[in-house]
Amino acid sequence: MRLKINGKFEEFETGTVQDLLLSKKIEPRMVSVELNSKILDRNEFETSSLKEGDILEFLFYMGGGR
Amino acid sequence: MFEFTEDQIKRYSRHILLPEVGGKGQIKISEAKVLIIGAGGLGSPAGLYLGAGGVGTIGIIDGDSVDLSNLQRQVIHHTSDINTPKVLSAKRKIEDINPDVKVIAYHERVTAKNAIDLFKAYDVILDGTDSFSSKFLINDAAYFARKPLVHGGILRFSGQMMTILPGKTACYRCVFKEPPPEGLIPSCQEAGVLGGLAGVIGTLQATEAFKIILGAGNLLTDQIMTHDALQMRFRKVRVHKNPKCPLCGEKPEISQLIETEQKVCKI
Ligand SMILES: [Zn+2]
Repeated sequence: MRLKINGKFEEFETGTVQDLLLSKKIEPRMVSVELNSKILDRNEFETSSLKEGDILEFLFYMGGGR
Repeated sequence: MFEFTEDQIKRYSRHILLPEVGGKGQIKISEAKVLIIGAGGLGSPAGLYLGAGGVGTIGIIDGDSVDLSNLQRQVIHHTSDINTPKVLSAKRKIEDINPDVKVIAYHERVTAKNAIDLFKAYDVILDGTDSFSSKFLINDAAYFARKPLVHGGILRFSGQMMTILPGKTACYRCVFKEPPPEGLIPSCQEAGVLGGLAGVIGTLQATEAFKIILGAGNLLTDQIMTHDALQMRFRKVRVHKNPKCPLCGEKPEISQLIETEQKVCKI
C-alpha cells in the first residue's frame, strides 16, 4: 500500500505503526507519530493498523540548543 | 508618551520603514521584555538580533561560563570571553551593540523553583536550552505563567521550531508527551551540531519574538517547523492541541512544575 510519510509517498507491505517504525529502523521511543493529523500515544503504535493512503509524520526529539 | 531621539530614529530607520513596524511598532519593541533561556547556540544570535532591533529589556539566564568549544557556534561570545559567565559576556555584547537595551543577566539555571516568577516578568520566552528536562520545564512554566514561548531545538544538521501560545495553541507536550528515556537520544556532545544551523534556528526564534511583539503576520503556532540543512529543506507539519496532553489537555495530570533529573549535555 501507499503511505505518505513526512511528505513523501512510500510503499509499505502491511502492518501497524510499530511495524513501520521497526522496518525503518526507527526506535519508537525517540519519535512522536502523527497519523492523519492526530498525534498517537506511544502505546497506540502497536494497535494502529495502517491502511492505503494514510498520512504519517514522524516528529523527532531535538533537544540541543547550545 | 514614548519619544525617540534623532539617533534612535536613525538606528531603527530600517524597521520604521516597514509598514508592519513603523514608529508605533518600534515603540512596542522598545517597551517589550524578552527572556532568553540559554546564552548558547540559539540564544547567541537571538540575543544579538533582539538587542540590535531595540527590544527594551532582554533577560538572559544561563549558569555556565564560556568554553573554547562553544565558540564554533555561540557567536555572541568571543575568544577573550573564555571562562567568563555566558550571561555577562552576552550582556556586554548586546549593550555594546545597542545602549538602548537593558540586559538583565541571571547567572543560574532555570529551575522548577524560579521559572514561573521569572517568566511572569517578561512578555515573550525564548527557549535556547540544550536538555529535555529544561525544554519540558520551560514549556510547563510558560503554560502556568501564560506567556508566549518560542521553542527551538537543534541536533547535527537538523533544527526544529514551534511557537506556543499557552492554552490557545498546541504545546510541546501536545506533541512530545514527556522527555525521552535518558541516553536514547544521542547526547549532544556525542552528536555534534553545525555552527551555522544554530544561527538559522536562533535567528528564526528572534524573528518570531519580534512578530509576537508587533502582532504582525502569522505565527508558527499549531505547527512544527523542521529544517534539514543537508538537504536545505524546511518543512512545516500541522499539529493540534492534543486533548490527551498531560499539561493543556482535557484531563491534565500536571498541576505544578516538575523537574526531571537529567544530565546536562553541552553541545
Ligand atoms: Zn499541550
